[in-house]
Amino acid sequence: MSKQYETVIGLEVHVELATKTKIFCGCSTAFGGAPNTHTCPVCTGMPGSLPVLNKQVVEYAMAVGLATNCQIHQFCKFDRKNYFYPDNPQNYQISQLYLPICHDGGIEIETSAGKKVIGIHEIHMEEDAGKLIHDEWEDCTLVDYNRSGVPLIEIVSEPDMRSAEEVIAYLDKLRLIVQYLGASDCKLQEGSMRADVNLSVREVGAKEFGTRTEMKNLNSFKAIGRAIEGERARQIELIEEGKKVIQETRRWDDNKEYSYPMRSKEDAHDYRYFPDPDLVPVIISDEWLQEVRDRQPELRTEKLERYKKEFDIPAYDADILTGSKRLADLFEETTKLCGKPKKVSNWLMGETLRLLKEEGKEPEELAFSSEHLASLIELLDAGTINQTVAKEVFEKIYYEDVDPQAYVEEHGLKMVNDDNLLRTVVEGVIAANPQSVADYKGGKEKALGFLVGQTMKQMKGKANPGAVNKMLKELL
Amino acid sequence: MANIISDETIEYVGILAKLELSDEEKEQAKKDIGRMLDYVDKLNELDTSGVEPMSHVFPVHNVFREDVVTNGDDRDNMLKNAPAVKDGSWKVPKTVE
Amino acid sequence: MQIKSMTALQLGQMIKSKEISVKEAVKESLAQIGALDETLGSFVTVDEEGALKRAEEVQKGIDDGTITGALAGVPVAVKDNICTKDLLTTCSSKILSNFVPPYSAQAVDNLNAAGAVIVGKTNMDEFAMGSTTETSAYGVTRNPWNTEHVPGGSSGGSCAAVASCEVPYALGSDTGGSIRQPGSFCGVTGLKPTYGTVSRYGLIAYGSSLDQIGPIAKDISDCAAILEMIASYDKKDSTSVKRDAYDFTSALVDDVKGMKIGIPSDYLSAGLNEEVKAAILKAADVLKAKGAEVEEFPLSLVEYAIPAYYVIASAEASSNLARFDGVKYGYRAKDYNGLHNMYKKSRSEGFGEEVKRRIMLGSFVLSSGYYDAYYLKALRTKALIKQSFDRAFEKYDVILGPVAPTTAPKLGESLSDPLQMYLGDIYTISVNLAGLPGVSVPCGTDSKGLPIGVQLIGDCFQEKKIIRAAYAYEQARGSWQAPDLAQKGVD
Repeated sequence: MSKQYETVIGLEVHVELATKTKIFCGCSTAFGGAPNTHTCPVCTGMPGSLPVLNKQVVEYAMAVGLATNCQIHQFCKFDRKNYFYPDNPQNYQISQLYLPICHDGGIEIETSAGKKVIGIHEIHMEEDAGKLIHDEWEDCTLVDYNRSGVPLIEIVSEPDMRSAEEVIAYLDKLRLIVQYLGASDCKLQEGSMRADVNLSVREVGAKEFGTRTEMKNLNSFKAIGRAIEGERARQIELIEEGKKVIQETRRWDDNKEYSYPMRSKEDAHDYRYFPDPDLVPVIISDEWLQEVRDRQPELRTEKLERYKKEFDIPAYDADILTGSKRLADLFEETTKLCGKPKKVSNWLMGETLRLLKEEGKEPEELAFSSEHLASLIELLDAGTINQTVAKEVFEKIYYEDVDPQAYVEEHGLKMVNDDNLLRTVVEGVIAANPQSVADYKGGKEKALGFLVGQTMKQMKGKANPGAVNKMLKELL
Repeated sequence: MANIISDETIEYVGILAKLELSDEEKEQAKKDIGRMLDYVDKLNELDTSGVEPMSHVFPVHNVFREDVVTNGDDRDNMLKNAPAVKDGSWKVPKTVE
Repeated sequence: MQIKSMTALQLGQMIKSKEISVKEAVKESLAQIGALDETLGSFVTVDEEGALKRAEEVQKGIDDGTITGALAGVPVAVKDNICTKDLLTTCSSKILSNFVPPYSAQAVDNLNAAGAVIVGKTNMDEFAMGSTTETSAYGVTRNPWNTEHVPGGSSGGSCAAVASCEVPYALGSDTGGSIRQPGSFCGVTGLKPTYGTVSRYGLIAYGSSLDQIGPIAKDISDCAAILEMIASYDKKDSTSVKRDAYDFTSALVDDVKGMKIGIPSDYLSAGLNEEVKAAILKAADVLKAKGAEVEEFPLSLVEYAIPAYYVIASAEASSNLARFDGVKYGYRAKDYNGLHNMYKKSRSEGFGEEVKRRIMLGSFVLSSGYYDAYYLKALRTKALIKQSFDRAFEKYDVILGPVAPTTAPKLGESLSDPLQMYLGDIYTISVNLAGLPGVSVPCGTDSKGLPIGVQLIGDCFQEKKIIRAAYAYEQARGSWQAPDLAQKGVD
């Protein structure tokens, strides 16, 4: 009988914080600048330059710590992690080893197996590295320090997860918390949230952990799922063959669905951490901690409860809407403007999610404004436009965030409520389609639909469908 | 001499410090570091139990910047001392193989 | 009086009263450098063109009343580990042989705002690691009192330049005695301020927790005036300290009545040269005669300062100097095979022996398994040393002692035995560990005619007390004496 194995997984999640400036200098963190246009002596490691800590970084880290039930080290310090690599201009990374800002927390996840708490060992603040771009033409590497010094928090979990499902649930929950706090947009694809997976296997029932490997380069939930399956299989195979798992860092290749050891010929993995003498300790007073606590926004669980109480929308809708900070914000803002929660929810749950799915995008990427959605709902409610036109206009709002009022005006999309005009058109349609008229009169209800369609077509879609129906029945 | 620095240790320190030493330099370094450590061992005469390690002399803390962009594009200045440049970036031997 | 023999304040006064133009003052300095520096080697870079251009700017500022400082228009030399925008800054190392900083240190910005004219960058021990200015990649600096001898270090270039009247004053940096010890060897006054008083922004770091920029000049009045110019609370330096007052010149008062001065008896024991001992005790007697209460006391822990210092400074240096790797600036080896070989070759070819020695020691003491035994032990020792000073300053206003156990050694005598050289820093190093202010004041010469300095140490933020003691001592001692060599230059 083959042995049964258990997978033991811990995660190191790096989250880029949503500050305007870098952690130790006044350079912008904006994406997309030309190489090295967001750099200064500090983030390029010029001799004599010195770091000064961005206060917002501390507050975001505290907020995430509080939201994940962590203890806060009210006396915390920065340490230097020494290693040579060109993406790291000082050849040391400023991080926190000895006294990280948050420790000993945890969050509850829910999977098919039920609820479970995943422990958080610590959260620390650190600086991101620059970007290395391989130049094929000259077979060299180009260094861009625009990302060097962008603030990160690293959230280190306990080895509490046992399956890919739990890992995804944990990451989803964590992402939602951080997004709700506004501390980061947490986009895996863009690298503003990155997860390294520490994984080992052991026989079911074993007390000791097996030797773990660390996997990097996981940039989607799907890749994480595949990497866990792949690495689990690789380790079990090694053990079954009587070989040993080596503790090492491996790079996941999602195309080949296999992990490869990262080269370490010149790396001693001895980071010689010591307190950074250029930075002073951070002391978090009870008052400061309370201030941040008081400013904590409503998180998902509380919001879900409130939605169920406050808004007359299905529980399913509330669950989906609060599953994304952006959707929840859009829902609340739009509802506040138009006072019609159910209708707002319908637009978000229906058309919005449909278009997102079509584009393969995340709700966080939604760019339209709540004002425009509210105004669309009002135009529809007032009978200014009909449902068909509304859907057409919504697509314009979704893609281009147009002002529906102006758009409808400009393109002449208002519903036509001219009874004389309608009568003339309907008379024409009846005259032109004797077969359908006969069918209808013969009891075929379907034929009426065809005639309505013909009428709408002639009215360029702008007629009131109810009025068309009524007029047709009357004249027939 | 109490502290004997082995060849392996000097090799290891060379990797950490990214220094390449000739055999002669290695021998000298082994001697120098060994002697220095013998001297540093003098600290063991002191009873420092219960003493907090002192990184900073003064109890200065909470020195912060506000989250406001103060720097513009200063790329040319940052790159002007670069040994090798291409496309507005520092150019180094390839990092991936 | 010759212009070159004037103190910085005297020259500043002459410029202010239009008895001499800024350009004339700068030319005088450049001429003296031209006459002596081939012999002395005080400078790595002399910026004649820049200084003359700057002289005109400053003159204009003085004339239209926008520049009003007491030292406006007075030429100055800056140690070559302090960044000067658009002016070569090498740390006396091959690895920075072509580094032209895109920005100036805050201390330099402060100098410039007060109307200083920088004439050049002074030689030093490579990356400030050394006590003789012999480890420079650009040749040794010689002692103006006897060119067979070293000027001390690491700010040997700055001290030799002031002693030989090449410049009226200079900036140095002090990590373990690097202003005070060469000050003593060259017979000039050098002050290391309380840690955090002068911004470290733009000072190329050696031991970040110990480094301080400070003034070097002919007398304490100049030092106080210079410190007023360069000291500032700087938001770019997290370790900068906001002080209550920066009016150091207000302490230039000839009155030490009732001042309590302690002489650590442990400083006077074995190892201290008899002539040096006699000279500093004589200086103590002068202050006593002026009404100070002087007594000996046991400071304790003196012999532990050096090992603690070398662990802390080397550890910090190993990390601080990691950025010199041939990637972003400075020297890159010509032939290499791949990235890591480029790192190793650039660094091995770019750094000198002493620097490599300290980087290796520092890497070792921080490496896995040794951190607690060496680094934390040193930080605990530092805490104890600070405590012993705290106890002393409960009793005394000022601690008086030697700067160095001997006068300046001959060139080439020290480097053969690094450990012996390190021991020479025994009286200065603990001051850096405890973050205290200290000043070296010339107090005589030995039988070979080499200068001796007396060190006055104050409690944290008590610069004014040591300035007052130094000033009172100077009043009794008489005005500053230049070495004969200084006369060889311009008239």
